[in-house]
Amino acid sequence: MSTHTEAGHHGPAKGISRWILTTNHKDIGTMYLVFSLIMLFIGGSMAFVIRAELFQPGLQLVMPEFFNQMTTMHGLIMVFGAVMPAFVGLANWQVPLMIGAPDMALPRLNNLSFWILPFAFSMLLATLLMPGGAPDFGWTFYAPLSTTYAPPSVTFFIFAIHMMGISSILGAINIIVTIFNMRAPGMKMMDLPLFVWTWLITAFLLIAVMPVLAAVVTMMLMDVHFGTSFFNAAGGGDPVLFQHVFWFFAHPEVYIMVLPAFGIVSQIVPTFARKPLFGYHSMVYATASIAILSFIVWAHHMFTVGMPLVGELFFMYSTMLIAVPTGVKVFNWVSTMFRGSMTFETPMLFAIAFIVLFTIGGLSGLMLAIAPADFQYHDTYFVVAHFHYVLVPGAVFGIIAGVYYWLPKWCGKMYDEKLGQWHFWLSFIGVNLTFFPMHFVGLAGMPRRIPDYALQFADFNMLTSLGAFLFGTTQLLFVYILIKTVRKGKPAPQLPWDGAKGLEWTVPTPAPYHTFATPPVFGDK
Amino acid sequence: MTENITVPSQMQRRIIPARLSFFRFFKALNYLGYPDWQKQTILIFLVWDWKNKKKRPILRTKSNFYLQRATNDGCTIRCKENAMCRLLHLFSTALVLTPAPLVALEFNMPAGVTDTSQSVFNLHMTIFYICLVIGIIVFGIMFWSIFHHRKSKGAKAAQFHGSVLVEVIWTLIPLLILIAMAIPATTTLTDMYDATESDLDIQVTGHQWKWHYKYIGEDVDFFSILATSREEIENRKQKNPNYLLEVDNALVVPTNKKIRFLFTSNDVIHSWWVPDLAVKKDAIPGFINESWTLINEPGTYRGQCAELCGKHHAFMPIEVKAVPEVEYLAWLDAQKASKLAAAGAVDKDWSKDELMAAGASVYEKNCAVCHQADGSGLPPAFPPLNGSAIVQGDKTGHMQLVINGRQEKGMPAFGAQLSVADIAAVITYERNSWDNQTGDMVSPAEVQSLMDSQ
Ligand code: HEC
Ligand SMILES: [Cu+2]
Repeated sequence: MSTHTEAGHHGPAKGISRWILTTNHKDIGTMYLVFSLIMLFIGGSMAFVIRAELFQPGLQLVMPEFFNQMTTMHGLIMVFGAVMPAFVGLANWQVPLMIGAPDMALPRLNNLSFWILPFAFSMLLATLLMPGGAPDFGWTFYAPLSTTYAPPSVTFFIFAIHMMGISSILGAINIIVTIFNMRAPGMKMMDLPLFVWTWLITAFLLIAVMPVLAAVVTMMLMDVHFGTSFFNAAGGGDPVLFQHVFWFFAHPEVYIMVLPAFGIVSQIVPTFARKPLFGYHSMVYATASIAILSFIVWAHHMFTVGMPLVGELFFMYSTMLIAVPTGVKVFNWVSTMFRGSMTFETPMLFAIAFIVLFTIGGLSGLMLAIAPADFQYHDTYFVVAHFHYVLVPGAVFGIIAGVYYWLPKWCGKMYDEKLGQWHFWLSFIGVNLTFFPMHFVGLAGMPRRIPDYALQFADFNMLTSLGAFLFGTTQLLFVYILIKTVRKGKPAPQLPWDGAKGLEWTVPTPAPYHTFATPPVFGDK
Repeated sequence: MTENITVPSQMQRRIIPARLSFFRFFKALNYLGYPDWQKQTILIFLVWDWKNKKKRPILRTKSNFYLQRATNDGCTIRCKENAMCRLLHLFSTALVLTPAPLVALEFNMPAGVTDTSQSVFNLHMTIFYICLVIGIIVFGIMFWSIFHHRKSKGAKAAQFHGSVLVEVIWTLIPLLILIAMAIPATTTLTDMYDATESDLDIQVTGHQWKWHYKYIGEDVDFFSILATSREEIENRKQKNPNYLLEVDNALVVPTNKKIRFLFTSNDVIHSWWVPDLAVKKDAIPGFINESWTLINEPGTYRGQCAELCGKHHAFMPIEVKAVPEVEYLAWLDAQKASKLAAAGAVDKDWSKDELMAAGASVYEKNCAVCHQADGSGLPPAFPPLNGSAIVQGDKTGHMQLVINGRQEKGMPAFGAQLSVADIAAVITYERNSWDNQTGDMVSPAEVQSLMDSQ
C-alpha cells in the first residue's frame, strides 16, 4: 500500500490554530476524546461529592439543595459531556479509517459540531455559580419541578441543551453522509465493519430524537418565560406530557450511548479470539431491531404515572421484546470466543468485562420491564444500579476498550500492558463494589436522589462509596497511562494485534495526518 | 452491646441487637454522632505518615486517640496525631469497629403484607431465578471457553462464523421464556388495576414536603410530616431505628378492608410508596391516580416519597398504621372529636403569649423547611422573613399572603392547610420574632373574618 506516502500533503498547522481551525478528522477526533475525558473527571468529581455525602446516614458535607444540583449535573455531564462525545471522537477517528475514506464528508461542519460543545458545557457549568444554584431537578428534569419550581438557571440549562443537540445532530449527519458516500470502492453495506454499522444506526437515532429533546426544552422555555401551560395543570396543561416527550427522546438516547460500544466490542472480540465474528448478519439485524424497538418502549420509564392498563401492557411486552435481539448479540459474542485462540490484552479484558457486566445490566433491565414488579423497583437504587451497569461497565468500558485497542495506531506508540492490566482490574473491582450493592439497597427500599437515608441502608452505602472512590481514583491511572504512552511509549508495530483485520490496520503506524488520499480497493487486503 | 430497644412491631424484624456482617468492620464515622461512641474501641486507619513519608496501617484504641465534637454546627475533630487529623478531615473514612445498636441488613424486596405484594414478590423472585439461570449458562460457556480456548494453552482458532439453525434457536427460546414471564405478570397487573368495590377511600395529596390524607366521606383529614428531629439529621444526637421513616400523624387504616387511594399533588410530582403494600403511584398536580390495598396483618408499614420533588424529597416519609377495624373506628371518632375542639378555638380568647407559643411550633413544622428556623430563608428561592417588609407591614397583607400563598413562586396557600388558630398563631409569631418586633398580634377571629370576606 504505497499510496499512503504523504509527500505531497501538508502536515498539521502549528500552534493553537491547528486545533481551532482544523478540519482534519483525526484532530477533531482527538479533541472530542480529550474533551470527554475532561468531562468524565468533572462529572466524576460530582459523583465523589454524592458518594461522600452518602457515605453514612445523616447530613454532613452538603445541603440537600446542593446535593440535588450534584446529582443533576453529574447525570447531564456524564451523558452529554462524557459518553456521547467520546463515541463521536471514536467515530471521527475510526469511521474514515475503517471505510477507506480520506476524511469525514463535511469537514467544516465537523469542526463546528465539536467547537459548540465547550461553549455549551461552560454555560452549563457556570450555572453552579448563579444565584439559586445549578439545575436541581434531576437529569430527567420532570416538569413542573423544572418549570414552575425551577431555579432561575433553568434558562441557561435549556440553552445549553439546545447547543448540545445541534452539535449531536450535525455530527450524526456527517457520519451518515460519510458512510453512505465515501466507502472504499468495492465495499458494500454488508461489508462494513460492525463499529461502522452500529454508528450508522446510532446516527439515525440521534437525528430522530435530538429534535424531540429540543422540542421538550423549548416547551419548558415557553412555560417558564412566555406564559404557556404545556406542563402546568393549573393552566390546562399536563405534567405527564412532559414525561412522554422526554422519554420518547431519552429511551433511544440510552441506546445511542450503548450501540457504538456494541460495535467496538464486536471489533475487539474477533481480534483477540483470532476468529471471525460469529453471525455478522444477525449482529447487524439485531442492532437495527434494537434501534427500531427503542422507539416503542419509552413509557416503561413511567409505569407509575397511572397509564391505562392497556398502555402498561403494551409497554411491558414491547420492552421485554428488546431482550431478544440483545440476547442474540451476547450469544454471538460468546460464540465468537468459543473455540477461538484467545489472548487477554487490556482491550480484550475490558471487552469481556463489558459483555459480562452489560449482560447483568440487561438482565436487571428485563426485571424492570415487568410492570407489576417495576412498581417496587421504580425510582429506587435498583434502577440506579441497572443503568449504571449498562452505562459504566457498558458504555464507558466499551470506550476504554476502544481507546486501548486503537491507541497504538493513533499515536504509533504502545501503551504499558502491565499498567493497562492494573487499570482494568482496579476498575473492574471498583465498578462492581460501587454498583452491585446498589441492587440490594434498592430492593430493600432506598429511593434514588436522596441525600440522607434510613439506617438499614447504611452498610451497603458505605461499601458503594468506598467502591466509587476506588473506581474514580483508578481513572487517574488511565490518564497517566495515556500520557505515558504518548510521551514515551515503545514504538508500535504496523499491526499491533496479530488477529486484527480491517482497513484501519493497513495504514502506517502512526496513522499519518492524511490517509487514503487515494482510495484503497476493498477486498484487496 | 446488649442494649435493648423497643421498636414498633413491623420494624422488629429489621432490628437485631448485634450483627456479624463481614463489612461491619468497615463502619466509619457513622457513629460519630452517637453519644456512646466513646465506648467504641478499635479504630483502624490506613494513614499517610507525614513524618516517615510512607503509608502505614494503625490500630488505635481510645487510649491514644480521641475524637471530640466541639461545636454543634459542624464537626470538629481533634486528634493527638496531626497526620490522622488531616486524614480525617479530608476523607472522614476512619474505619471504626462499632458496638452500637444497629439495624439489620435487608437484601431483598419485602414480601409485604398484602396478597398483591406477595404476588409481586413471587413474580420478582421468578424473574430473578430465570435471569440467574440464563446468566449461569451464558457466563458458564463463556468462562469455559476463556479457560480452555486460550492461545497460551495452544488452542487453534476454528474459523466458523455463523449457523442459521443455532441463531434461530437462540432467538426462539428467549421468546418462549419471555411469553412464560409475561403471563403471570399480566394477571398480577390486571388485578392491581382493579380498584373497584372499595370499602374505604382515602385521598392522598403530595405537598412539598409532607403528605395530606383525607378520609373521603368522613370529614377527617390531616397532614403527615417527618418527625425525625433536626439534631438526629445533623448528627448531633443518636439516630433512632426509625430514622427518617417516622411521621407525626400516621395514616391509620383498618385491616382486611379494601382501601382505595386517590393520589394527587398540590405542587410538583411526588410518588407515594410503601414497599410492604407494593403500592407506588405518582401524585400528579391536576390529575388523580388510583390504587388500592387490602392489608392482612396489623402493623406499622413505612415508606418514602419516591419521585424527586425538590430540596426535601428525602424527608417526606410515609407511615401506615394498620389496625383491626374496631380500633380504626375508635380512632376515627377521636379524630372527629378533636376536630370539633379545634373549631372552638376560633371563638376562644387567645392571649399573645398563647399565640406565640402555638405559633413557634406551627412555624417549626410548616415554615422552617423553606424560611429556616431563624427566619433567614434561603434566598433567592425562599425569602427571609426576618426583616421582611410584608411581615413588618400591615396585618392584612401578611395574612393574605399566608392564607393565599403565592403558588407560582413556591409559597403554599396555608389557608387550605392550617386551622384558623394556627394561621393566627404563626403570623403573630413571625411578627414578633427575631428582629421583627411589631408588638401587635393577630387573633383567630381576624383571620376568620378575612377568610370569610374572600
Ligand atoms: C415550600 C416552601 C415554603 C414554605 C413551606 C413556606 N413558604 Fe413562605 N414563602 C415561600 C416562597 C417561595 C415565598 C416567596 C413568594 C414570592 O416570591 O412572592 C414565600 C414568601 C413568604 C412571605 C412573604 C415574605 C416576603 O418578604 O416576601 C411570608 C410572610 C411567608 N412566606 C410566610 C410563610 C409562613 C407563615 C409559612 C408557614 C406556615 C411559610 N411561609 C411556609 C416558600 C415557602
Ligand atoms: Cu415528594
